[in-house]
Amino acid sequence: MAATEKKLPVTGAGPFNGVLTWVDQRFPLMALWREHAAEYYAPKNFNFWYYFGSLAALCLVIQIVSGIFLTMNYKPAAADAFASVEYIMRDVPGGWFIRYVHSTGASMFFITVYLHMVRGLMYGSYRRPRELIWIFGVVIYLALMGEAFFGYLLPWGQMSFWGAQVIINLFGTVPFIGEALAVWIRGDYNVSDATLNRFFALHVIALPLVLCGLVAAHLMALHEVGSNNPDGVEIKKDIDPVSGHPRDGIPFHPYYTVKDMMGVAVFLIVFCAIVFFAPEMGGYFLEANNFIPADSLKTPLHIAPVWYFTPYYAMLRAIPPMFNSQFPGVAVMGAAVLIFFFVPWLDRGRVKSIRYRGTRYRVFFALFIVSFLILAYLGTQPPDVWGSFGEGVPIVGGGVVGAWVARLLTILYFAFFLLMPWYTARDRERPEPLRVTH
Amino acid sequence: MKKILAILLLAPWLALANEGGERLDPAPINPHDKASLQRGAAIFVNNCLNCHSANVMRYGRLEDLGLTEEQIKANLLFAGDKVGESMTVAMDPKVAKAAFGVVPPDLSLIGRSRSPDWLYTYLRSFYRDPNSKTGWNNTVFPNVAMPHVLWPYQGQQALQVNERMDPNTGDKIETRKLVLEQPGSLDRVQYDRYVADLVNYLAWMAEPAQTARHSWGIVALFFLALFFILAWLLKQEYWKDVR
Repeated sequence: MAATEKKLPVTGAGPFNGVLTWVDQRFPLMALWREHAAEYYAPKNFNFWYYFGSLAALCLVIQIVSGIFLTMNYKPAAADAFASVEYIMRDVPGGWFIRYVHSTGASMFFITVYLHMVRGLMYGSYRRPRELIWIFGVVIYLALMGEAFFGYLLPWGQMSFWGAQVIINLFGTVPFIGEALAVWIRGDYNVSDATLNRFFALHVIALPLVLCGLVAAHLMALHEVGSNNPDGVEIKKDIDPVSGHPRDGIPFHPYYTVKDMMGVAVFLIVFCAIVFFAPEMGGYFLEANNFIPADSLKTPLHIAPVWYFTPYYAMLRAIPPMFNSQFPGVAVMGAAVLIFFFVPWLDRGRVKSIRYRGTRYRVFFALFIVSFLILAYLGTQPPDVWGSFGEGVPIVGGGVVGAWVARLLTILYFAFFLLMPWYTARDRERPEPLRVTH
Repeated sequence: MKKILAILLLAPWLALANEGGERLDPAPINPHDKASLQRGAAIFVNNCLNCHSANVMRYGRLEDLGLTEEQIKANLLFAGDKVGESMTVAMDPKVAKAAFGVVPPDLSLIGRSRSPDWLYTYLRSFYRDPNSKTGWNNTVFPNVAMPHVLWPYQGQQALQVNERMDPNTGDKIETRKLVLEQPGSLDRVQYDRYVADLVNYLAWMAEPAQTARHSWGIVALFFLALFFILAWLLKQEYWKDVR
């Protein structure tokens, strides 16, 4: 924008016009506002699935704000941590609310992020030219997993302690450097005060900073190339010559700001129903064992990670040790997350959206979703939840049913990704429409 | 280290949440019943607080149950503690360990780490067992270190094990039943009520904010419902011209 233009009143007539003009001559306020809201043209056919991006951002804000208030009263020391959480729950005015908002927020963050990822997969939002948006998104997902893992140690309950113990020991299975790596992560030979202190630092400053930066990059990349939509049609291909804007686009503000506000209202109703009436969510958001202070001498009978890690945990448990090492299971678990990075280059389809894909993609996609959900369930349960096969059954005789089901589902999970170049290239797709359907 | 991991990952879960695998009776408790909570607080202070602490629970918080500071001081404070102090015990952990084999756990959060149903069933499932160290055993928590402290109220139960043959398969079927051998000062219905009051108190003590939580929740959801209606109307208004 030319300097002469900038001197003009920026908002037309209004009480703040003078102030805004003063600011705008020194900082590109209106330009940023126009680029990212008032003149960011988004497709007009966003459906239910498009609420979860803004809701995930809301979760980040909720976690940061509630986290700041928790930090004011929490003590990151092995001797004090558990009692300081109870101090927040009992003696800090409104402390129970802040704590439940934070614990509920963690699970709700993962729910929104998982739904946001499903949306991306369904409508091909990772496809050219949006590969970097997707990659930033997967890095956000990884950072979020780290953030959740570090944060889970802080209440210093039995599950905090033993969950951290198990996950750090996974790094200990890496060949050659494993043991040293595990000691380096813990800062000690056991999960201890030193571990708690560094996890606190990582949880309250390092990863939140990384997350905020990545979210900014995710949004900047998105606003550079424009949003995808449920039809997978590029709205920028059809520009109205008079206005110079996409025919199927509407300004993000006010259309999607008011629509997302409605989504926020529904989300907050669900969120508050949990915070006020079921903060433990039947043991899925807050585990009963975590109300017992950490005890390094007493291993709980039932160690299971929080629900959002359980699909990967089920995979880990399903892979038997090989060469006297647990590492193959750990490698499979890591690969299951990292494989998301490659999706933009694995997909060879000619259309983006599942609406115009053929049967093959739909079948593989459905199997993938079902595998993920059943693996998540199996990960929360003891391995023998479905009992064992009879001795007479071929191949699996005497084996644990849950473990074999998890093995099969792990194969289906990976098949969705690894066979993608094959089934997307050969799928019987329908032609995309020229314009979005609304 | 790898061994620990292997055990954690591969060992089938050794037992269920209640070690005895017994069916749990639903605890008839109500966090809004202040009379029951007051009775439970008295039972707790008189019977449990000699060995078990409640380190994060302040005596003063009992005012939430409708008690005044004077009432708390006169009826529930024994060791000369101040109302602002928390429910600690004087017993040396080493002495406790020598006497019971384990340090009696702090009960501040027992209502959350164990379910109220578990506590309600457990406290009614002690029986005489000459083979155990204390002379007591429990069907919900086998070989528990705690003796049956409430026996003067409940009386003494015995475990009756009946074996019979299944007429069709020939398998042995074992049924186990607790029978009251020597009645205590309370009858069965009274003792169940007594334990229910105690469990009600333990569940409340694990989260004293829960009643406030429920009432704030209704207010919050009411306002959010209004917010939703406004947001929905606003969205409808703006989206009228999108075709």
